[in-house]
Amino acid sequence: MRHEPVLTFTPKGIYCAAGDFYIDPWQRVDRALITHGHADHARGGMGRYLATHDALPVMRHRLGEINAEGIAYGERLTIGGAVVSFHPAGHVPGSAQIRVEVAGQIWVASGDYKVIDDGLSAPFEPLPCHHFITESTFGLPVFRWEPQETVARQINDWWRTCASDGKTAILGAYSLGKAQRLLSMLAPEIGPILCHTAIENTNAVLRDQGFALPDTILADKDATAKTHPGAIVVAPPSALGSAWSKKFGRQESGFASGWMAMRGVRRRRAGDRGFIISDHADWAGLLWAIRETKAENIYVTHGYTEIFSRYLNENGWNAQVVPTQFEGESLEASDERDNAA
Amino acid sequence: MKQFASLFSTIDQSTKTTVKVNALTAYFNAADDIDKLWTIALFSGRRPKRAVTTTRLREWGAEVAGIPLWLFEECYPIVGDLAETIALVLPPNETRDNRSISQWINNLREVYKADDEAKKAFVLDAWARLGGTERFIFNKLITGGMRVGVSQKLMTRALARATDRDEAEMAHRLMGNWHPDDTTWHALIEAEDASADASRPYPFYLAYALENGPEHLKAPADWRAEWKWDGIRGQLIVRDGAHFVWSRGEELMTDRFPELARAVDFLPNGTVLDGELLVWQDGADAPDSFNKLQARIGRKTVPKKLLKDAPVLLHAYDLLEWEGEDIRQAPFKERRALLEKACADLPPDAPIRLSPQLDFNGWDDLHSFRDGARDAQAEGLMLKRADSPYLAGRKKGDWWKWKLAPLTIDAVMIYAQSGSGRRANLFTDFTFAVRDGPDLVPFTKAYSGLTDAEFRKITAWVRKNTLQRFGPVRQVKPHHVFEIAFEGIQASPRHKSGVALRFPRMLRWRHDKPLEEANTLEDLNEMLRIYG
Ligand SMILES: [Zn+2]
Ligand SMILES: [Zn+2]
Repeated sequence: MRHEPVLTFTPKGIYCAAGDFYIDPWQRVDRALITHGHADHARGGMGRYLATHDALPVMRHRLGEINAEGIAYGERLTIGGAVVSFHPAGHVPGSAQIRVEVAGQIWVASGDYKVIDDGLSAPFEPLPCHHFITESTFGLPVFRWEPQETVARQINDWWRTCASDGKTAILGAYSLGKAQRLLSMLAPEIGPILCHTAIENTNAVLRDQGFALPDTILADKDATAKTHPGAIVVAPPSALGSAWSKKFGRQESGFASGWMAMRGVRRRRAGDRGFIISDHADWAGLLWAIRETKAENIYVTHGYTEIFSRYLNENGWNAQVVPTQFEGESLEASDERDNAA
Repeated sequence: MKQFASLFSTIDQSTKTTVKVNALTAYFNAADDIDKLWTIALFSGRRPKRAVTTTRLREWGAEVAGIPLWLFEECYPIVGDLAETIALVLPPNETRDNRSISQWINNLREVYKADDEAKKAFVLDAWARLGGTERFIFNKLITGGMRVGVSQKLMTRALARATDRDEAEMAHRLMGNWHPDDTTWHALIEAEDASADASRPYPFYLAYALENGPEHLKAPADWRAEWKWDGIRGQLIVRDGAHFVWSRGEELMTDRFPELARAVDFLPNGTVLDGELLVWQDGADAPDSFNKLQARIGRKTVPKKLLKDAPVLLHAYDLLEWEGEDIRQAPFKERRALLEKACADLPPDAPIRLSPQLDFNGWDDLHSFRDGARDAQAEGLMLKRADSPYLAGRKKGDWWKWKLAPLTIDAVMIYAQSGSGRRANLFTDFTFAVRDGPDLVPFTKAYSGLTDAEFRKITAWVRKNTLQRFGPVRQVKPHHVFEIAFEGIQASPRHKSGVALRFPRMLRWRHDKPLEEANTLEDLNEMLRIYG
């Protein structure tokens, strides 16, 4: 017998008819299951929200007053005819893949994910399923991430050199996830760690939840190169080279993102240094994750969808591009977004 | 290769000139002569002979990476550089090799004549030994084009510092037809007799654009004016009974312009002229359009018929060397006087002419000259300070180009194509049309002129308004009107519209203009009649 698909792709987002809910919808719906707090996944205006306990504080911080319920990783919840559970996606603290089971048919919407343990987010957990929805932000074989320790060493070496040259190191990173991951990689003995307000606010939310971050100082109007010599300042990319950064005197700027893997982008966007580090899976990571699910049907979204699904189809999967009216976190779009890389 | 790779990374990572010059200076103080020689060669666009075709390189790269060739080919335009794409897809490894950059180049030369199997073995072995930046550099040695963010200016500054010599002298030494295969570091940089190479040109002096008219230049009497020709800037050298023609891009063009061979009959040895190469018909009072010249530029050897249809002359406007003496430090008015003397006895059929100076008393006179520039087939005017020396490179103050305002036309966008490299995700190449009754007639393409934000905006629009796809090209709903600026217009039977534009670019996105207000084919033909 032929099953109705458990999840379908509608103009409002990924829809589950059996449970009458949406996953990461981009239009107002009554019931929304949210993989994580990034702006292209968690939008305002939904009737009810369901997300992991760890994702909720950041969502509330960003979206304000919302009607939301929390759920633990692995906890099973029946919604109508569907059994739903959330599992670690390793993308940012609190991020989840959403597993939906209806009459023995298992679908997993993985949201954004990475497969290495960043020491902060609950590590990615492959889920056996029949249908797997995957992102493909970095779905090209040119993207290959180095181990986190290697990038940590590069960043700390750069910071140390800046400090000994009497310069402030200003590191650009997106405020939820990437910034905290970088903070946890810094070697505090080199000097003081300052954070831009946007980042310090998110830090406070995560610290409240018990995430261990090194001591940071809010880079308020009194903080300058004089008050904090040898400092590293972590700031949103938009703050790099802005009037705000001037007060840190002689400085070098760095930018941490997966896009830095490409020399052209690095030269255009990185300021003085580009560090290749991403909260999305690289080529090998995507393929590993897909293999681990044992799924035969793969739905590709967010990124190099056409190329990645063609590759999957040639290698024995039944892959298709998820039609979406929204562009994913493309190289160019990432300029303005707070969540790419 | 470590030493070179670390220099390359420092330069590549930094946007600061001091960092680059310091790194180069340190390198020139430390590296072996042969490596230094190759470094300046590579950074100035010279490269070892290509030992492996890029087709083979792509195949081997995909094979070693374990990916299908089509996937590699998809990655290439996104990354935008072949050497880098290969370096990125290959399995990662650490560099385990001590050969220097010049040794690698030598090894590459050794396989130049080998068969494909031997070449492949060499390349795969190199990939296995080199990692990171070094692997990328190795690939670049094969594919060529190792231009990093190092201008000739920065390199000469660093060389001057490292060798304790004058920057202008270094700039002169680096010019010309040299290649590491037939010179040495000593001969090129240190030897006393820098002009040993008879073909060596002088660095060109380049003018700045004058934006708001000449009035702020103060006393008109301090200035000399000429037409700004729409040709190719060229330097004609006559030394040791031979002649050489150089382009501004330091390309030797001697064989492309055989007309100039007769220069040795009219000019004494030790003469170097700066001027403009123009197609000029016998007896005509103005040059032909740039289009005619274009046909000549593209050919390494010139067929007889083309030589007759598009004869080239050098219009000389400066004299850099006279009687074997470098006279660039003499004031322009003195160089000009010598130039006039040198050209005084030229017969009417000589391939060299004196570019006239324009006689003017006040700036008002110059405004009227400029208004007549199109009739003279000129792009505008050149203003040169009478007592200025001939400097190297683009320097502000003594030479100004005062160009005509571009021609413009409002056109409708009808096709879009994505860019390459960093712009592979954006639509940046557009085809524009004019109206012809109910029809739209395509007449030009344009790529540049919009801001990144505008490109993103139009990209989003193109995605939602595609009518049809032809491979990479999308036909879009005729809706948006753009003001297209261009420098010249020519009849062209090869184009459907019958015209070809010179330097078309998008000047403005005319959000305010509906489709119905775009210009017509009739308007275009009228421009062709007036300016063609
Ligand atoms: Zn995300
Ligand atoms: Zn996302």
